[in-house]
Parts: sequence; C-alpha cells; structure tokens
Amino acid sequence: MSYLFATPEEQQQMLAAIGVESLDELFEQLPEDVRLNRELDLPPALSEIELDRMLRKISSDFATHGDRVCFQGGGAYDHFIPATVDEICSRGEFYTAYTPYQPEASQGTLQAFFEFQSLITALTGMDVANASLYEGASALAEAIIMAIRSTNRGGRVVISGSVHPEYIETVRTYLMRNNCEIVIADVVDGVTDWQQAGSLINDQTAAVVVQHPNFFGCFEDVKAVVDQAHAAGALAIEVFDPVSLGVVKRPGDYGIDIAVAEGQSLGIPLQFGGPYLGILACREKFVRKMPGRLIGQTVDRDGRRAFVLNFQTREQHIRRDKATSNICTNQGLMALRASVYISQLGPKGFVELGDQCHQKAAALADRLTEAGVGQLAYAQPFFKEFVFQFNRPAAEVIAAAQKAGFNLGPVLNRFEFQNPIPENSLLIAVTEKRTFDEIDRLVAALSR
Amino acid sequence: MENQIALQLLQDLSVPGRRATAFPPEELAEAGTSSQIPDEHRADHTLSLPELSEGDIVRHYVSLSQRNMSVDTHFYPLGSCTMKYNPKRHERWAGMNGFINAHPYAEAGDIQGLLAVLYEMQEMLGEIAGLPSVSLHPAAGAQGEFAAILTASAYFASKGEDRKTVVFPASAHGTNPASAAMAGYKCVQLKPSSTGLVNLDDLKQHLSEEVAVFMITNPNTIGLFEKDIQKISEMLHDVGGLVYIDGANMNAILGKTRPGDFGGDMMHYNVHKTFTGPHGAGGPGSGPIAVRDFLGDYLPGPIVTRETDAHGKTVYKMSKPPKSVGQLRSFIGNIGILLRGYFYIRTLGGVGLREVSEHAVLNANYLLSQLKDVLDVPNGDRCMHEFVASAASLKKKGVTAMDIAKRLLDYGFHAPTVYFPLVIPEAMMMEPTETESKLTLDRFADTIKNILAEDPETLRAAPHTTPVTRPDEVKAAREPVLSYCPCPTPFEVEAPTGVKESVPSYI
Amino acid sequence: MDLSSLRYSQTHEWVHWDGNVATVGITDFAVSQLTDLVYVELPTVGSEIKAGETCGEIESVKAVGELNSPLDGTVAEVNESLENELEKLSDSPFEAGWIFRLTPSDPAQIDALLDRAAYEKLCDEEGH
Repeated sequence: MSYLFATPEEQQQMLAAIGVESLDELFEQLPEDVRLNRELDLPPALSEIELDRMLRKISSDFATHGDRVCFQGGGAYDHFIPATVDEICSRGEFYTAYTPYQPEASQGTLQAFFEFQSLITALTGMDVANASLYEGASALAEAIIMAIRSTNRGGRVVISGSVHPEYIETVRTYLMRNNCEIVIADVVDGVTDWQQAGSLINDQTAAVVVQHPNFFGCFEDVKAVVDQAHAAGALAIEVFDPVSLGVVKRPGDYGIDIAVAEGQSLGIPLQFGGPYLGILACREKFVRKMPGRLIGQTVDRDGRRAFVLNFQTREQHIRRDKATSNICTNQGLMALRASVYISQLGPKGFVELGDQCHQKAAALADRLTEAGVGQLAYAQPFFKEFVFQFNRPAAEVIAAAQKAGFNLGPVLNRFEFQNPIPENSLLIAVTEKRTFDEIDRLVAALSR
Repeated sequence: MENQIALQLLQDLSVPGRRATAFPPEELAEAGTSSQIPDEHRADHTLSLPELSEGDIVRHYVSLSQRNMSVDTHFYPLGSCTMKYNPKRHERWAGMNGFINAHPYAEAGDIQGLLAVLYEMQEMLGEIAGLPSVSLHPAAGAQGEFAAILTASAYFASKGEDRKTVVFPASAHGTNPASAAMAGYKCVQLKPSSTGLVNLDDLKQHLSEEVAVFMITNPNTIGLFEKDIQKISEMLHDVGGLVYIDGANMNAILGKTRPGDFGGDMMHYNVHKTFTGPHGAGGPGSGPIAVRDFLGDYLPGPIVTRETDAHGKTVYKMSKPPKSVGQLRSFIGNIGILLRGYFYIRTLGGVGLREVSEHAVLNANYLLSQLKDVLDVPNGDRCMHEFVASAASLKKKGVTAMDIAKRLLDYGFHAPTVYFPLVIPEAMMMEPTETESKLTLDRFADTIKNILAEDPETLRAAPHTTPVTRPDEVKAAREPVLSYCPCPTPFEVEAPTGVKESVPSYI
Repeated sequence: MDLSSLRYSQTHEWVHWDGNVATVGITDFAVSQLTDLVYVELPTVGSEIKAGETCGEIESVKAVGELNSPLDGTVAEVNESLENELEKLSDSPFEAGWIFRLTPSDPAQIDALLDRAAYEKLCDEEGH
C-alpha cells in the first residue's frame, strides 16, 4: 500500500516523455556496485485496518500508564488542553505547510508566529521572543552560546545546581568542544547558595543560569543572580515555567537578560518527551545574536500590513558557518498550539491556572505530611512541584501509587546531582487538572 | 471574501472582560487553601495578554489558516523539503492513549509496547541506511548533523586524535557548515565543479589528517547522485576521516541504495520529510542518526535496547550507549514525529518504500522533461528526485527566479525553492515528490510556459492574487517590529478591490 | 574625491592615506553587489586589527558582506553616523560613507594595495 498516483498507463506515458524504457533506467546514475539488489528487510506492509488493529493492541497493552492519574513532573506536565488547541492546529493549512519562505503564500503562518512572539513577550515581560526552538534544554544551550557571543567571553558559565539535570547535561554536550568551563553552583536545602555562587563568577564569565521555580519546585533568589551577574559583566539567564507567570514575577521583572523555557505546558501533550517547544526571549539589544527564526511586521507594496521572516542574515542558510545557530526546522506547530492556548486563557486564566497548580500542590504536600508518610525534603516555599522524602523506599511508594491508579516520579536518584539528595525522595507535581478528591485518594493510598 | 475583522491581530481583537478558558477558583475556596508564594516572588503585574472569547479565537485562526498554501491544498514543489502527502491515519494513531499520554519519566516496565515500537523503528532505520547503530534522540535534521559530528569527535578523541576541520561541497545545505562550526570545527568549503558533482581535485587538495569529517548530501542538492561517492569515501578513509551523509534527499534512494553501502559512515534522517511527518508550518522535525558499528558506543541518547530477562521474556530498556556524547535535549526524542514515521514505514514495507523513490524520481524526471525546453537546467536532462533550473538567461528580460516564483502563486502553485543551491545562478529547485499526479505536473509545466510568455512587468509585480503583495523586507530589517505594538498607522478595513489581474480560466 | 588617489583591496575596501591616518570604506562596486543595505557593524575603536582579517560587517536583507581591514593597525575612529544613516554608504561611498580610520603599524603595506587601474580591472572580471 502506498500513496502513489501514477497508473500503469500514466507511468508508461511519463517514461516515454522522459525517453526511457523503465523505472530502472531512471536510476542509471547509481553505480552498479552500490545498488541494493534485494528488497529492504522490513516487516511486511500493512493495510490501514490491519495496522489499526495492531496499534490498538500495542497501545492498549500499556494504556494503563496513560489511564492513571498523573502526578509526574520534572519538566513535562499533565496540564489541561482546551479543545480549540487540537481543532485549530489540526487544520491542514497549518499542519501541512512548511517554513514560510514565500511570505505572500504564508501570511497565516507568519502572522500566527508574530503573534506567538508577541504573546511570549507579554507573558515574560521581555522585549523580544523568537519563533521557537526545539525544547527547553537545547534552548538553554542556545541561550548560553548567545551569551558567549554577546559578551565576547568564552571562559566560564556558572549554572545553578538546581537547574534540571538533563538541561545541564545538554549544555555540557553542546559545549563539549568549546573551551568554556561549566561551573555548577552548590544547592543547600533545595535552593542555590548564591553567596557561594558569587565567588564562582569571574571576569571571564559569560552567563549565570538560574531555574525559577527550580528543578525541585522551589523559588530562587533571582534578584541576587541578576545583581551578581551584572556586577561581573555577565548575562543573567533564567529558565522559567510559563505556567507560573500569572502568579509569579516574570523574567523581565527581575531584569533577566535571556529567558528560556520548556513550553510543553502550554497546550502540548506529553507524548513521551516530544515534540515539545523551546521558548527563548531576550532584551532588545541582543536581538542580532538570537538563534532561530524571527518574524517581523512590515508593509506590502500597497501599504498593507504584512509579515516576513526578519533578520535572516543571522541564520544558517545565509551565514552558514558563522550563523548564530544551526537550527533550521523549528517547532512551528507547537508554537501555534501554545499561541492558541495562551489566547484561550488570557490574563485571568493565567492567574487562575497558577493559583490552582500552586495551591493544590501545597495541599498535597500538607496532607502527605499530616498523614505521616514522610516530610518535605526542603523547608522552602514551592510553586507546583516539590520533593517529598518518604519513610520507605521510593520504588515501593511508586508501586503503591500505581496500584491505586496514580503515576508518580521521577525518583530523584535517577539523576546525578552535585549535592546529595535526601534518600527515598520523589519529585511530585500537581497541575490544575488534579482534583482534591484525587489528592485525598493518593494520600490514602500512600498511607496504607 | 476574507473576514478582515477576524484577521486583526489578537491584541487588537481584545475586549476587557472577555474569557474563553477558565479554572474557577471556587474549588480552592471550598478546600480552604491559600497562596504561599513569598511576597518577593509574587506577581505584581497584570499580564498584557489579549482577552478573547472562544469564538474570537476560532474565527481568527481559521481565517489565518486560509491565508496559507499547504500540501493539503496546493502543489508544493519546494525543493529539498520533500513536501509529500501526510496520511491522515497517522494522526489518529499518534493520538492513541498509550502513545500520547505517556510521561517521559514513565517506568520502562510500564510502557513496554511503546519501547518495542521505538526499538523496531531504530532497527528499520538502520536497515534502510545500511548503518546499524541508530539514535532516535536528535530533535531535527540539523541537530542530527551536530550530534553526528560530536559522535565522530568523541570517536577521534578515544583514539587520541584531535582533528580540526570539516569539509563540504559548495552545494551543501547551510546547516552543514553551521553544525560543524557549532561543534568547534573549522569549515572548509570546496570549489564548485562544472558537473554539479563534488570537485574531486579540490577535495584532494584539502584532505589531510586534520580532516575529521566530509559532509555530503547524496543525491546532492542539484538532484544528482554523486557517482564518485565510493572514491570520495576511500579518499576520506585513507586519511582516517569519516563520511557524513546528509539524509535530506533520502526520498530518492529508499530501497535502491543505502548510505552504508556507498561509503557513508554516519547519516541523519529528516523523518518529517522522507517519512512524512507533517511539516507543521516549519516544524517539528525529528532527526535520528544512523552510524557504523564502531561509532555506536558514542551516540547521543538515551536509546532503546532489547534484552532477555531471567524468564526468557523480552524486555526493552532505555539507556545511554557506554561512551555516549550525552544528551542534546531533554528526554528521549521527538516521539510524536517518530511514531508517524513508524506508521509510514509499516504501511509501505520494503517494496512500498522502493516504489516511493521510484515514483519520486519518475515524477521529477517527467517534470524536467516537460520544462527543459523552456528553462535552462544546467546539469543535464536526467535527475534523481529533484532538479535545479536556472532563470539566469531571463535576466536580460528583467525577469528573475523570484519573479517566476511569485507569479506561480497567482496560478495556485507554491513556488519551488529559489536561490538555492548557491552554486547555480537564479536557481529554482523543484521537487514534486511521488504523491503528485501527472495531471498536476502537466498543469504546472504549462503554467511555467505561460508565465514565461507573459509581460515581464506582470511578473515583476506578481503576486497579484495573494492576500498581500511583496512585503518590504528592507523596512522590516531597518525598522524592526518583532512583537505587537499599538500601531501608529491604523490598518483600516479595506474596501473590496475586485479582481486585480486575470488568471487563465483553465486552471 | 579623486578615486585615483585611493588604494584598494581585493575585497573591495578603499584606503585614503594622508601620511598619518588611513581612512577606510567600501567601494561603490561593493555597495552595488550588496543592494538594500540594512545594517552595519563597525569595528571597535582602540582594537588592533590585521590586514585581511574581518573587523566588521555590512548586511543587506539576504546577504552579509564582511568588512576586512586592508592594513595592520589600531582603529582610531569609526563613522558612527552610519548606524542611523546607512544610505551614506550607497549615496557617498567614498566620502560621507567612510567607515573607519586606523593608525597603520606598517604604512609600507599601503604600497602593496591595488591602484585604481588594477582595481577597475578586478571589478571588470568580477562583474562578468
């Protein structure tokens, strides 16, 4: 089965017009000894109904995971997705278009991404946002490269030890062959020790990175980060949680230079880790060092408003080895999902969303503590996620939760941290989707 | 017929007090909770987001969608991008509960079915490439290139070698040098050759033990198969270097030949191109890489492995290869796109994939045969899945490749890729893909002939029928407006202007 | 400006030497190759630059032109007015559109640059 058009007669007409006898003759350019003289060894082709049957079976075999109530976090969250997000983003005119190289035939895409940039700047309080990067961790790596270029310093980057460990690893991989030293600041009681971190920032430091709320869910002293970074001539980079910005200060409010985030929470399903959405916003003076596409507003020949790819000279298709990044294909459709999501919520929706996540998370932490199953690992206020230290091994806790219909985790000992993590600790996230009934049932299940 | 109200910017549509999605606070009040956010972090702003009703949002975005060309609506021969049909069945399957609701930190034991699918995808991509070790991790083709160059450098480092340069032909995609530079290599671009193939003499000049990798797209960006690829590979291997195959053009050779069989050591796939993930107005992509066995230990990950447990049961796990360069992103990969690729390969099987390439090459050669008498095609009258025409000879009439591209839009065709590759002046790169009919190709060729006979002035002023005419890109760059600002020039609702330019009626 | 009194680089920069300071700009030919200029990145005053090395950029909408120093030396002054009046580069490339001035560390290098006749020949070759 395939999606071809040419009937055998048409095929013959086409071959005749080309002036060849057979399809094989079209492949004359391939030297004899590189040709594959057998069929590819792949599983047999399946019709739509056969594959449907097979996939239903596979999917239902492990559907229990997806059916359980999700209290999992660590950078990907089970937030509510309004129906309009799926409906609008499944329209073929968006779904099956590509990069808007021909602006006259792509005003829909271009305006939608211009609006995405506008929504992100409004949400973050930053001056400029790009039209998306792959996801949060690589967005952080790109932000650091941008800071190295903007400051002309390549000696050091100071990263808080409370930044998502997979993000730190990603930065290390991106800078693997760069002489830049990556220094991790210590974490004490769930938050960065910025006094100690201050001594790590030197006159060759390009950037200081904080995640806020951090990987453990706790609030960081972002103001101290900004002050210390700027005093040393470095840029301050914040990894933020877009869902928090109705109730928590925005990166722009703290004076951050480059703000990056994982945008999965903004209307994108979990789908086992991707595709997600990299968000990058910055202050205006860094715009020419930004990676990725930027959409600009202008006018057409008749004076009508029109949108175009702007500052393309930064990008790989023009500047090649001197480009600000190698990114080409971005996460357009995911940016569209986020735009529809943000439009649906509006300013009040974001406040309600933040309150719901925060207060339900606080309620779960309180009730778990009251139930005597363990304690908060850190005596710190948190937003929607917290580290809980159980009185028994984390694996047992996860198994008990699964049995009662809940997914928990990640277990923190799956990651490597610079500073030790309390034993039997789990990262628990609560979104607006969770009900107080679910919270109570989880507490009950873990109390047994 | 456009709804000019709905097409205003979201912020201009905003009316204070309008709502769409709400999360009523009553639930919190009943539970007696309160905010514990410390004062120094508590928001003291009101977000300046638009306030809209759900109806506003739907009408706005549906109106915007109608200002786009897309594969679902138009022939989209954008060279190098493989704009083929996106099967609708994929969407239904990718949305199944087991796939779409899986959290990236799900326990491996909890999602064996999903891991089995991903393992099989690794195996299938290894077979199609002829390169057995696969990582699904990279987020897009460009990240795949970067990942593979890092993989190569880790391999060289393990041998105590510190090679300095990456070499590529003049016709390379811009991502090749950009990826190599990001990985810390000096980039060496070869001089073009008159044949459109790699300039072997120049390659020889630049080969030494300093060279880490030669990056090459095969078939190349001109649509020609690099017939000397084995020789090139030998030359690289003789100096201890590796050959990287940019897999952007895999649609031409599925089941006909394999990168591993013609001398490639590493490659990336663009799943959203070759295996028809939707292009999504610019993404998301997915850029898995396949490499030779001896490079497998250095691959980025996690990757999926298969083991047999003590009870003889097959168990799938996620792990990093032993000497992995590490992660290039959070989590395992762009699973949603990889699943669509998996569905596609399982639907077509080995024979079906071979037919895809045969028909992609048939369609491209047929289109070439219909156009070669009216447009210059500098590199011969046979091609693989795409070809590059040149509008250079029309310059004396004052017509450019861009003018033809813009005029095509008036006739309801998306334009080819223009001004790439850089080695051909006034390039027009056409890739029809296998999912187009002879009728469409005939009409497209007739349209180009028509356009070439039109008054140059009509072309220079094109497009005439699109929602906007050519945008002022100089103004965009000199006076950048990158996010919403309450506009000093009001965008008035326009009076209908009627038909501006006639389009031949047979279209 | 008497164009025959200037010296030229292979990469289309011109140099005016008054015996103390060298003034550098890009030629009308270079400007015409770039078309629709949108941005210029000037060298940094006080920085030491080497002949043939990139010390700034001139961008059009879809191309980037590198500004190379024709001589070794120290940047003494840059034409900051260009940042807001890019049209000076196209309207008056040899006068108001000068880009930077430098104090050469080896003024003898000037003699190695192209004279007007040699430069015109270069443009003829590249123009076809």
